[in-house]
Amino acid sequence: MDTYLRRTVVWYGGVGMLAAQVLRSLALPRKYLGLVVVEVETMGVRSLGVALTASIFTGMVFALQSAVNMARFGAENYVGPLAALAILRELGPVLTAILVGGKVASGITAELGSMMVTEQIDALRTLGVNFIKRLIVPRVLAALLVFPLLTVMADVLGVLGGMVIMYFERGTDMWAYWNTTTYWVVPRDFLMGVAKSFFFGGIVTLIGCYNGLNTTGGTEGLGRATTATVVHCTMGVIVSDFFLTKLMLMIFW
Amino acid sequence: MAPAAREGGRGPAAPTDGQPMVEMVDVRKQFEGNEVLRGVSLTVERGETMVIMGGSGSGKTVTLRLIAGLIRPTAGVVRVFGQRIDTLGEEELLPIRRRMGYVFQGAALFDSLTVYQNVAYPLHEHTNLPEAEIRQRVVHFLSLVGLGSEVLGLLPSELSGGMRKRVGIARGLAQEPQMLLFDEPTAGLDPTNSHMVAELIVQLRAGVCDTAVVVTHDLELTKTVADRIAILIEGRFAALGPREAVLASSDPAVQAFLSGEVRVTA
Repeated sequence: MDTYLRRTVVWYGGVGMLAAQVLRSLALPRKYLGLVVVEVETMGVRSLGVALTASIFTGMVFALQSAVNMARFGAENYVGPLAALAILRELGPVLTAILVGGKVASGITAELGSMMVTEQIDALRTLGVNFIKRLIVPRVLAALLVFPLLTVMADVLGVLGGMVIMYFERGTDMWAYWNTTTYWVVPRDFLMGVAKSFFFGGIVTLIGCYNGLNTTGGTEGLGRATTATVVHCTMGVIVSDFFLTKLMLMIFW
Repeated sequence: MAPAAREGGRGPAAPTDGQPMVEMVDVRKQFEGNEVLRGVSLTVERGETMVIMGGSGSGKTVTLRLIAGLIRPTAGVVRVFGQRIDTLGEEELLPIRRRMGYVFQGAALFDSLTVYQNVAYPLHEHTNLPEAEIRQRVVHFLSLVGLGSEVLGLLPSELSGGMRKRVGIARGLAQEPQMLLFDEPTAGLDPTNSHMVAELIVQLRAGVCDTAVVVTHDLELTKTVADRIAILIEGRFAALGPREAVLASSDPAVQAFLSGEVRVTA
Protein backbone atom coordinates (compact mmCIF):
# COMPACT_ATOMS: atom_id res chain seq x y z
CA MET A 1 0.00 0.00 0.00
CA ASP A 2 2.83 2.31 0.95
CA THR A 3 4.65 1.55 -2.31
CA TYR A 4 1.43 2.08 -4.31
CA LEU A 5 0.82 5.43 -2.62
CA ARG A 6 4.41 6.47 -3.23
CA ARG A 7 4.23 5.47 -6.90
CA THR A 8 0.97 7.39 -7.30
CA VAL A 9 2.41 10.55 -5.74
CA VAL A 10 5.56 10.24 -7.87
CA TRP A 11 3.41 9.78 -11.01
CA TYR A 12 1.26 12.86 -10.37
CA GLY A 13 4.33 14.88 -9.43
CA GLY A 14 6.15 13.67 -12.54
CA VAL A 15 3.30 14.62 -14.89
CA GLY A 16 3.09 18.02 -13.18
CA MET A 17 6.83 18.58 -13.54
CA LEU A 18 6.71 17.57 -17.20
CA ALA A 19 3.90 20.09 -17.71
CA ALA A 20 6.08 22.77 -16.09
CA GLN A 21 9.02 21.82 -18.33
CA VAL A 22 6.78 22.01 -21.39
CA LEU A 23 5.53 25.46 -20.35
CA ARG A 24 9.13 26.64 -19.95
CA SER A 25 10.06 25.26 -23.38
CA LEU A 26 7.07 26.48 -25.39
CA ALA A 27 9.16 28.82 -27.54
CA LEU A 28 10.19 26.43 -30.31
CA PRO A 29 12.94 27.22 -32.80
CA ARG A 30 11.60 27.72 -36.31
CA LYS A 31 13.01 24.41 -37.57
CA TYR A 32 10.79 22.52 -35.09
CA LEU A 33 7.54 24.12 -36.29
CA GLY A 34 7.34 21.53 -39.05
CA LEU A 35 7.22 18.87 -36.34
CA VAL A 36 3.99 20.42 -35.02
CA VAL A 37 2.45 20.13 -38.51
CA VAL A 38 3.53 16.48 -38.74
CA GLU A 39 1.98 15.79 -35.33
CA VAL A 40 -1.25 17.54 -36.32
CA GLU A 41 -1.42 15.19 -39.29
CA THR A 42 -0.57 12.13 -37.17
CA MET A 43 -2.97 12.96 -34.35
CA GLY A 44 -5.74 14.75 -36.18
CA VAL A 45 -6.12 13.54 -39.73
CA ARG A 46 -5.51 9.90 -38.83
CA SER A 47 -8.03 10.06 -35.98
CA LEU A 48 -10.83 11.67 -37.98
CA GLY A 49 -12.49 8.36 -38.83
CA VAL A 50 -12.60 7.17 -35.22
CA ALA A 51 -13.79 10.49 -33.80
CA LEU A 52 -16.45 11.18 -36.40
CA THR A 53 -17.86 7.65 -36.54
CA ALA A 54 -18.19 7.61 -32.76
CA SER A 55 -19.84 11.02 -32.66
CA ILE A 56 -22.42 10.40 -35.38
CA PHE A 57 -23.51 7.09 -33.84
CA THR A 58 -23.56 8.58 -30.35
CA GLY A 59 -25.78 11.40 -31.60
CA MET A 60 -28.09 8.91 -33.30
CA VAL A 61 -28.41 6.55 -30.35
CA PHE A 62 -28.87 9.44 -27.92
CA ALA A 63 -31.72 10.86 -30.02
CA LEU A 64 -33.27 7.41 -30.43
CA GLN A 65 -33.25 6.67 -26.70
CA SER A 66 -34.39 10.19 -25.77
CA ALA A 67 -37.23 10.16 -28.27
CA VAL A 68 -38.65 6.85 -27.04
CA ASN A 69 -38.46 7.85 -23.39
CA MET A 70 -39.35 11.53 -23.64
CA ALA A 71 -42.42 10.60 -25.66
CA ARG A 72 -43.70 9.00 -22.46
CA PHE A 73 -43.77 12.48 -20.89
CA GLY A 74 -45.02 14.22 -24.01
CA ALA A 75 -41.69 15.98 -24.38
CA GLU A 76 -40.49 14.54 -27.67
CA ASN A 77 -40.21 18.06 -29.09
CA TYR A 78 -37.30 18.67 -26.76
CA VAL A 79 -35.15 15.79 -27.98
CA GLY A 80 -33.24 18.20 -30.25
CA PRO A 81 -32.03 20.60 -27.55
CA LEU A 82 -31.46 17.76 -25.09
CA ALA A 83 -29.31 15.81 -27.54
CA ALA A 84 -27.47 18.95 -28.64
CA LEU A 85 -26.75 20.07 -25.07
CA ALA A 86 -25.50 16.61 -24.12
CA ILE A 87 -23.31 16.38 -27.21
CA LEU A 88 -21.92 19.91 -27.12
CA ARG A 89 -21.30 20.05 -23.38
CA GLU A 90 -20.20 16.49 -22.61
CA LEU A 91 -20.38 13.73 -25.18
CA GLY A 92 -18.53 15.51 -27.96
CA PRO A 93 -15.47 16.61 -25.99
CA VAL A 94 -15.34 13.64 -23.61
CA LEU A 95 -15.84 10.85 -26.15
CA THR A 96 -13.41 12.48 -28.56
CA ALA A 97 -10.83 12.85 -25.79
CA ILE A 98 -11.23 9.26 -24.62
CA LEU A 99 -11.21 7.69 -28.08
CA VAL A 100 -8.65 9.88 -29.82
CA GLY A 101 -6.73 10.45 -26.59
CA GLY A 102 -6.36 6.73 -25.94
CA LYS A 103 -5.22 6.13 -29.50
CA VAL A 104 -2.87 9.11 -29.69
CA ALA A 105 -1.42 8.85 -26.19
CA SER A 106 -0.77 5.10 -26.37
CA GLY A 107 1.01 5.70 -29.68
CA ILE A 108 3.13 8.42 -28.07
CA THR A 109 3.97 6.15 -25.13
CA ALA A 110 4.94 3.32 -27.47
CA GLU A 111 7.16 5.59 -29.56
CA LEU A 112 8.85 7.46 -26.72
CA GLY A 113 9.06 4.29 -24.62
CA SER A 114 10.82 2.41 -27.37
CA MET A 115 13.18 5.36 -27.86
CA MET A 116 13.81 5.28 -24.12
CA VAL A 117 14.63 1.57 -23.86
CA THR A 118 16.92 1.77 -26.92
CA GLU A 119 18.68 4.84 -25.45
CA GLN A 120 17.67 7.04 -28.39
CA ILE A 121 16.46 9.79 -26.04
CA ASP A 122 19.79 9.68 -24.20
CA ALA A 123 21.45 9.85 -27.62
CA LEU A 124 19.49 13.04 -28.35
CA ARG A 125 20.62 14.48 -25.03
CA THR A 126 24.27 13.64 -25.68
CA LEU A 127 23.97 15.37 -29.06
CA GLY A 128 23.06 18.55 -27.18
CA VAL A 129 19.40 18.43 -28.19
CA ASN A 130 16.69 19.64 -25.83
CA PHE A 131 14.47 16.55 -26.01
CA ILE A 132 11.54 18.35 -24.38
CA LYS A 133 11.48 20.83 -27.25
CA ARG A 134 12.20 18.19 -29.87
CA LEU A 135 9.84 15.43 -28.75
CA ILE A 136 7.29 16.71 -26.24
CA VAL A 137 6.38 20.32 -27.00
CA PRO A 138 5.43 19.73 -30.68
CA ARG A 139 3.09 16.92 -29.59
CA VAL A 140 1.46 19.01 -26.87
CA LEU A 141 1.02 22.02 -29.18
CA ALA A 142 -0.47 19.79 -31.87
CA ALA A 143 -2.87 18.25 -29.34
CA LEU A 144 -3.99 21.70 -28.15
CA LEU A 145 -4.99 22.41 -31.74
CA VAL A 146 -6.27 19.00 -32.81
CA PHE A 147 -8.54 18.12 -29.88
CA PRO A 148 -10.71 21.27 -30.09
CA LEU A 149 -10.93 20.91 -33.89
CA LEU A 150 -11.95 17.26 -33.68
CA THR A 151 -14.44 18.16 -30.97
CA VAL A 152 -16.05 20.82 -33.17
CA MET A 153 -16.40 18.28 -35.98
CA ALA A 154 -17.71 15.64 -33.57
CA ASP A 155 -20.24 18.17 -32.21
CA VAL A 156 -21.54 18.98 -35.68
CA LEU A 157 -21.84 15.35 -36.76
CA GLY A 158 -23.37 14.30 -33.43
CA VAL A 159 -26.11 16.92 -33.66
CA LEU A 160 -26.74 16.12 -37.32
CA GLY A 161 -26.84 12.39 -36.51
CA GLY A 162 -29.55 13.05 -33.92
CA MET A 163 -31.52 15.15 -36.37
CA VAL A 164 -31.30 12.59 -39.16
CA ILE A 165 -32.40 9.71 -36.92
CA MET A 166 -35.33 11.73 -35.62
CA TYR A 167 -36.42 12.43 -39.20
CA PHE A 168 -36.18 8.84 -40.39
CA GLU A 169 -37.24 7.02 -37.22
CA ARG A 170 -39.78 9.39 -35.66
CA GLY A 171 -40.87 11.44 -38.67
CA THR A 172 -39.87 14.71 -36.97
CA ASP A 173 -39.79 17.77 -39.15
CA MET A 174 -36.10 18.63 -39.60
CA TRP A 175 -36.72 22.36 -39.75
CA ALA A 176 -38.67 22.29 -36.46
CA TYR A 177 -35.98 20.10 -34.87
CA TRP A 178 -33.31 22.57 -35.90
CA ASN A 179 -35.31 25.61 -34.74
CA THR A 180 -36.03 24.10 -31.30
CA THR A 181 -32.38 23.15 -30.93
CA THR A 182 -31.01 26.56 -31.88
CA TYR A 183 -33.58 28.27 -29.65
CA TRP A 184 -32.41 26.47 -26.51
CA VAL A 185 -28.73 25.98 -27.25
CA VAL A 186 -26.53 29.05 -26.86
CA PRO A 187 -22.91 29.61 -27.98
CA ARG A 188 -21.74 29.20 -24.38
CA ASP A 189 -22.84 25.54 -24.43
CA PHE A 190 -20.67 24.92 -27.47
CA LEU A 191 -17.71 26.96 -26.20
CA MET A 192 -17.62 25.21 -22.82
CA GLY A 193 -17.23 21.85 -24.54
CA VAL A 194 -14.54 23.14 -26.86
CA ALA A 195 -12.68 24.74 -23.95
CA LYS A 196 -12.70 21.42 -22.11
CA SER A 197 -11.31 19.63 -25.15
CA PHE A 198 -8.35 22.01 -25.08
CA PHE A 199 -7.50 20.82 -21.55
CA PHE A 200 -8.18 17.18 -22.41
CA GLY A 201 -5.74 17.40 -25.33
CA GLY A 202 -3.04 18.71 -23.03
CA ILE A 203 -3.74 16.16 -20.30
CA VAL A 204 -3.76 13.02 -22.47
CA THR A 205 -0.67 14.08 -24.40
CA LEU A 206 1.27 14.82 -21.23
CA ILE A 207 0.23 11.45 -19.79
CA GLY A 208 1.31 9.67 -22.99
CA CYS A 209 4.65 11.49 -23.01
CA TYR A 210 5.33 11.00 -19.29
CA ASN A 211 4.59 7.27 -19.39
CA GLY A 212 6.76 6.92 -22.49
CA LEU A 213 9.70 8.78 -20.95
CA ASN A 214 9.46 6.67 -17.80
CA THR A 215 9.31 3.30 -19.51
CA THR A 216 11.58 0.74 -17.91
CA GLY A 217 11.89 -3.01 -18.22
CA GLY A 218 12.45 -3.49 -21.95
CA THR A 219 9.70 -4.63 -24.29
CA GLU A 220 7.60 -6.05 -21.46
CA GLY A 221 7.77 -2.69 -19.69
CA LEU A 222 6.83 -0.98 -22.94
CA GLY A 223 3.67 -3.09 -23.18
CA ARG A 224 2.80 -2.27 -19.57
CA ALA A 225 3.38 1.45 -20.12
CA THR A 226 1.20 1.52 -23.25
CA THR A 227 -1.68 -0.24 -21.50
CA ALA A 228 -1.31 2.01 -18.46
CA THR A 229 -1.51 5.06 -20.71
CA VAL A 230 -4.93 4.05 -22.07
CA VAL A 231 -6.24 3.60 -18.52
CA HIS A 232 -4.60 6.79 -17.21
CA CYS A 233 -5.94 8.85 -20.13
CA THR A 234 -9.48 7.54 -19.76
CA MET A 235 -9.48 8.18 -16.03
CA GLY A 236 -7.73 11.53 -16.51
CA VAL A 237 -10.41 12.71 -18.93
CA ILE A 238 -13.34 11.47 -16.85
CA VAL A 239 -12.07 12.86 -13.54
CA SER A 240 -10.81 16.16 -14.93
CA ASP A 241 -14.12 16.54 -16.79
CA PHE A 242 -15.96 16.75 -13.48
CA PHE A 243 -13.65 19.39 -12.06
CA LEU A 244 -13.51 21.40 -15.29
CA THR A 245 -17.30 21.32 -15.57
CA LYS A 246 -17.72 22.41 -11.96
CA LEU A 247 -15.20 25.21 -12.46
CA MET A 248 -16.77 26.42 -15.68
CA LEU A 249 -20.26 26.37 -14.21
CA MET A 250 -18.98 28.43 -11.28
CA ILE A 251 -17.30 30.95 -13.55
CA PHE A 252 -19.60 31.18 -16.57
CA TRP A 253 -23.05 30.12 -15.44
CA MET B 1 39.17 17.96 -44.00
CA ALA B 2 39.91 21.07 -42.01
CA PRO B 3 38.16 21.35 -38.70
CA ALA B 4 34.68 22.68 -39.31
CA ALA B 5 33.89 26.24 -38.39
CA ARG B 6 30.84 25.58 -36.25
CA GLU B 7 28.09 28.05 -36.86
CA GLY B 8 26.34 29.06 -33.73
CA GLY B 9 29.49 28.45 -31.69
CA ARG B 10 30.66 25.41 -29.76
CA GLY B 11 30.69 26.87 -26.27
CA PRO B 12 33.69 27.72 -24.16
CA ALA B 13 37.14 26.63 -25.25
CA ALA B 14 38.78 23.45 -23.96
CA PRO B 15 40.31 23.69 -20.50
CA THR B 16 43.61 25.43 -20.31
CA ASP B 17 46.84 23.47 -19.89
CA GLY B 18 47.01 21.50 -16.70
CA GLN B 19 43.26 21.49 -16.10
CA PRO B 20 41.75 18.02 -16.48
CA MET B 21 39.06 17.33 -19.08
CA VAL B 22 37.15 15.34 -16.47
CA GLU B 23 37.41 15.52 -12.72
CA MET B 24 35.28 13.45 -10.36
CA VAL B 25 35.70 14.02 -6.64
CA ASP B 26 34.31 11.53 -4.11
CA VAL B 27 31.29 10.80 -6.29
CA ARG B 28 28.51 8.60 -4.97
CA LYS B 29 25.48 7.36 -6.83
CA GLN B 30 22.53 5.58 -5.33
CA PHE B 31 19.54 4.04 -7.11
CA GLU B 32 16.58 3.39 -4.80
CA GLY B 33 18.73 2.39 -1.84
CA ASN B 34 21.32 0.54 -3.93
CA GLU B 35 24.63 2.41 -3.76
CA VAL B 36 26.38 1.75 -7.08
CA LEU B 37 29.27 4.19 -6.68
CA ARG B 38 30.70 4.59 -3.19
CA GLY B 39 32.98 7.55 -3.46
CA VAL B 40 34.99 7.46 -6.69
CA SER B 41 37.53 10.08 -7.67
CA LEU B 42 39.00 10.27 -11.14
CA THR B 43 40.70 12.71 -13.47
CA VAL B 44 41.06 12.43 -17.22
CA GLU B 45 43.75 14.62 -18.71
CA ARG B 46 43.66 16.09 -22.18
CA GLY B 47 45.21 13.77 -24.74
CA GLU B 48 44.82 10.54 -22.81
CA THR B 49 42.57 7.52 -23.13
CA MET B 50 41.19 6.41 -19.80
CA VAL B 51 39.70 2.95 -19.66
CA ILE B 52 37.28 2.13 -16.87
CA MET B 53 36.99 -1.61 -16.32
CA GLY B 54 34.73 -3.58 -14.07
CA GLY B 55 32.34 -6.47 -13.99
CA SER B 56 28.68 -6.31 -14.94
CA GLY B 57 26.77 -3.99 -12.62
CA SER B 58 29.93 -2.51 -11.15
CA GLY B 59 28.92 1.05 -12.11
CA LYS B 60 31.06 1.58 -15.22
CA THR B 61 28.24 2.90 -17.37
CA VAL B 62 26.91 4.94 -14.45
CA THR B 63 30.32 6.63 -14.26
CA LEU B 64 30.22 7.43 -17.97
CA ARG B 65 26.66 8.76 -17.73
CA LEU B 66 27.72 10.97 -14.82
CA ILE B 67 30.52 12.42 -16.96
CA ALA B 68 28.02 13.15 -19.76
CA GLY B 69 25.64 14.73 -17.26
CA LEU B 70 22.88 12.25 -18.17
CA ILE B 71 22.39 11.51 -14.47
CA ARG B 72 23.29 13.44 -11.33
CA PRO B 73 25.46 12.10 -8.53
CA THR B 74 23.92 11.54 -5.10
CA ALA B 75 27.00 13.23 -3.63
CA GLY B 76 30.34 14.52 -4.84
CA VAL B 77 31.54 16.83 -7.59
CA VAL B 78 31.80 16.24 -11.35
CA ARG B 79 33.72 18.74 -13.47
CA VAL B 80 33.94 18.47 -17.23
CA PHE B 81 36.08 20.83 -19.34
CA GLY B 82 36.83 22.64 -16.07
CA GLN B 83 33.15 23.38 -15.39
CA ARG B 84 31.16 21.87 -12.56
CA ILE B 85 28.24 20.02 -14.15
CA ASP B 86 26.54 18.17 -11.29
CA THR B 87 24.62 21.31 -10.32
CA LEU B 88 23.58 22.32 -13.84
CA GLY B 89 20.10 21.95 -15.32
CA GLU B 90 19.36 20.10 -18.56
CA GLU B 91 19.36 23.26 -20.65
CA GLU B 92 22.73 24.41 -19.26
CA LEU B 93 24.24 20.99 -19.92
CA LEU B 94 23.42 20.99 -23.63
CA PRO B 95 26.37 23.16 -24.79
CA ILE B 96 28.76 21.05 -22.69
CA ARG B 97 27.43 17.81 -24.16
CA ARG B 98 27.91 19.21 -27.66
CA ARG B 99 31.64 19.15 -26.94
CA MET B 100 31.58 15.41 -26.24
CA GLY B 101 30.83 12.46 -28.47
CA TYR B 102 29.02 9.62 -26.70
CA VAL B 103 29.08 6.18 -28.31
CA PHE B 104 26.39 3.95 -26.80
CA GLN B 105 26.73 0.24 -26.19
CA GLY B 106 23.88 -0.52 -28.59
CA ALA B 107 24.83 2.44 -30.83
CA ALA B 108 21.41 4.07 -30.04
CA LEU B 109 20.94 5.10 -33.67
CA PHE B 110 17.62 6.77 -34.49
CA ASP B 111 15.88 3.78 -36.00
CA SER B 112 13.49 5.70 -38.24
CA LEU B 113 16.33 7.70 -39.83
CA THR B 114 18.83 6.58 -42.45
CA VAL B 115 22.57 6.39 -41.79
CA TYR B 116 22.97 9.76 -43.49
CA GLN B 117 20.27 11.38 -41.37
CA ASN B 118 21.74 9.86 -38.21
CA VAL B 119 25.26 11.14 -38.81
CA ALA B 120 24.00 14.49 -40.11
CA TYR B 121 21.68 14.91 -37.10
CA PRO B 122 23.96 17.10 -34.97
CA LEU B 123 24.89 19.15 -38.04
CA HIS B 124 21.24 19.75 -38.91
CA GLU B 125 20.51 20.61 -35.28
CA HIS B 126 23.35 22.93 -34.44
CA THR B 127 24.55 24.44 -37.70
CA ASN B 128 23.09 26.27 -40.66
CA LEU B 129 25.39 24.60 -43.16
CA PRO B 130 24.09 24.00 -46.68
CA GLU B 131 22.97 20.44 -47.36
CA ALA B 132 25.83 19.82 -49.83
CA GLU B 133 28.39 20.73 -47.13
CA ILE B 134 26.64 18.53 -44.57
CA ARG B 135 26.66 15.62 -47.01
CA GLN B 136 30.37 16.10 -47.63
CA ARG B 137 31.06 16.04 -43.90
CA VAL B 138 28.89 12.99 -43.31
CA VAL B 139 30.80 11.10 -46.01
CA HIS B 140 34.06 12.24 -44.39
CA PHE B 141 33.06 11.09 -40.89
CA LEU B 142 31.85 7.76 -42.26
CA SER B 143 35.14 7.31 -44.09
CA LEU B 144 36.97 7.89 -40.79
CA VAL B 145 35.19 4.84 -39.38
CA GLY B 146 35.79 2.79 -42.51
CA LEU B 147 32.36 3.07 -44.11
CA GLY B 148 31.66 4.12 -47.67
CA SER B 149 28.88 6.26 -49.07
CA GLU B 150 26.93 3.15 -50.13
CA VAL B 151 25.53 2.91 -46.58
CA LEU B 152 24.12 6.44 -46.56
CA GLY B 153 20.60 5.44 -47.50
CA LEU B 154 20.39 2.36 -45.27
CA LEU B 155 18.31 2.18 -42.12
CA PRO B 156 19.98 1.04 -38.87
CA SER B 157 17.99 -2.21 -39.03
CA GLU B 158 19.75 -3.04 -42.31
CA LEU B 159 23.24 -2.78 -40.76
CA SER B 160 25.32 -5.40 -38.98
CA GLY B 161 26.24 -4.88 -35.31
CA GLY B 162 29.75 -3.72 -36.20
CA MET B 163 28.47 -1.28 -38.81
CA ARG B 164 25.91 0.14 -36.39
CA LYS B 165 28.66 0.71 -33.85
CA ARG B 166 30.78 2.47 -36.47
CA VAL B 167 27.87 4.68 -37.55
CA GLY B 168 27.36 5.51 -33.85
CA ILE B 169 31.01 6.58 -33.64
CA ALA B 170 30.65 8.64 -36.84
CA ARG B 171 27.60 10.39 -35.36
CA GLY B 172 29.62 11.16 -32.22
CA LEU B 173 32.45 12.52 -34.38
CA ALA B 174 30.05 14.73 -36.33
CA GLN B 175 29.87 16.96 -33.23
CA GLU B 176 33.64 17.48 -33.63
CA PRO B 177 34.04 16.59 -29.98
CA GLN B 178 36.92 17.45 -27.70
CA MET B 179 36.39 14.17 -25.87
CA LEU B 180 34.84 10.83 -26.85
CA LEU B 181 32.98 8.62 -24.40
CA PHE B 182 32.66 4.95 -25.36
CA ASP B 183 30.26 2.65 -23.54
CA GLU B 184 31.29 -0.99 -24.09
CA PRO B 185 32.44 -0.36 -27.68
CA THR B 186 33.15 -4.03 -28.38
CA ALA B 187 30.19 -5.60 -26.59
CA GLY B 188 28.29 -7.98 -28.82
CA LEU B 189 30.87 -7.85 -31.61
CA ASP B 190 32.79 -10.77 -33.07
CA PRO B 191 36.60 -10.78 -32.57
CA THR B 192 37.28 -9.26 -36.00
CA ASN B 193 34.90 -6.35 -35.44
CA SER B 194 36.14 -5.94 -31.85
CA HIS B 195 39.71 -5.65 -33.12
CA MET B 196 38.60 -3.21 -35.81
CA VAL B 197 36.81 -0.97 -33.26
CA ALA B 198 39.88 -1.05 -30.99
CA GLU B 199 42.12 -0.01 -33.89
CA LEU B 200 39.64 2.71 -34.78
CA ILE B 201 39.75 4.18 -31.27
CA VAL B 202 43.55 4.31 -31.51
CA GLN B 203 43.41 5.92 -34.96
CA LEU B 204 40.93 8.58 -33.86
CA ARG B 205 43.49 9.90 -31.41
CA ALA B 206 45.67 10.95 -34.31
CA GLY B 207 44.12 14.24 -35.34
CA VAL B 208 40.41 13.62 -34.80
CA CYS B 209 39.84 13.54 -31.04
CA ASP B 210 42.74 12.92 -28.69
CA THR B 211 40.86 12.40 -25.40
CA ALA B 212 38.64 9.42 -24.67
CA VAL B 213 36.99 7.63 -21.79
CA VAL B 214 36.27 3.99 -22.59
CA VAL B 215 34.10 1.80 -20.42
CA THR B 216 34.62 -1.88 -21.06
CA HIS B 217 35.16 -5.31 -19.60
CA ASP B 218 37.21 -6.34 -22.65
CA LEU B 219 40.85 -6.79 -21.59
CA GLU B 220 42.15 -7.01 -25.15
CA LEU B 221 40.54 -3.66 -25.99
CA THR B 222 41.99 -2.18 -22.80
CA LYS B 223 45.51 -3.33 -23.68
CA THR B 224 45.17 -1.79 -27.14
CA VAL B 225 43.75 1.63 -26.30
CA ALA B 226 44.41 2.51 -22.66
CA ASP B 227 46.88 5.07 -21.39
CA ARG B 228 45.50 4.71 -17.90
CA ILE B 229 43.17 2.15 -16.40
CA ALA B 230 40.68 2.40 -13.55
CA ILE B 231 39.20 -0.82 -12.20
CA LEU B 232 35.82 -0.53 -10.49
CA ILE B 233 35.09 -3.17 -7.90
CA GLU B 234 32.12 -2.87 -5.56
CA GLY B 235 31.59 0.81 -6.30
CA ARG B 236 35.19 1.92 -5.72
CA PHE B 237 38.30 2.10 -7.85
CA ALA B 238 40.39 -0.86 -6.70
CA ALA B 239 43.17 0.30 -9.01
CA LEU B 240 43.80 3.46 -10.98
CA GLY B 241 46.97 4.29 -12.84
CA PRO B 242 49.08 3.80 -15.95
CA ARG B 243 48.19 0.72 -18.01
CA GLU B 244 51.28 -1.32 -17.23
CA ALA B 245 51.13 -0.54 -13.52
CA VAL B 246 47.49 -1.58 -13.19
CA LEU B 247 47.89 -4.71 -15.27
CA ALA B 248 50.86 -5.70 -13.11
CA SER B 249 49.09 -4.78 -9.87
CA SER B 250 49.63 -7.18 -7.00
CA ASP B 251 46.30 -6.27 -5.42
CA PRO B 252 44.48 -9.62 -4.99
CA ALA B 253 41.08 -8.14 -5.95
CA VAL B 254 42.51 -6.59 -9.11
CA GLN B 255 44.36 -9.76 -10.04
CA ALA B 256 41.26 -11.84 -9.41
CA PHE B 257 39.26 -9.53 -11.66
CA LEU B 258 41.89 -9.46 -14.41
CA SER B 259 42.47 -13.18 -14.38
CA GLY B 260 38.71 -13.70 -14.59
CA GLU B 261 38.63 -11.39 -17.59
CA VAL B 262 41.47 -13.26 -19.25
CA ARG B 263 39.54 -16.51 -18.93
CA VAL B 264 36.42 -14.87 -20.36
CA THR B 265 38.14 -13.28 -23.34
CA ALA B 266 40.60 -16.07 -24.11
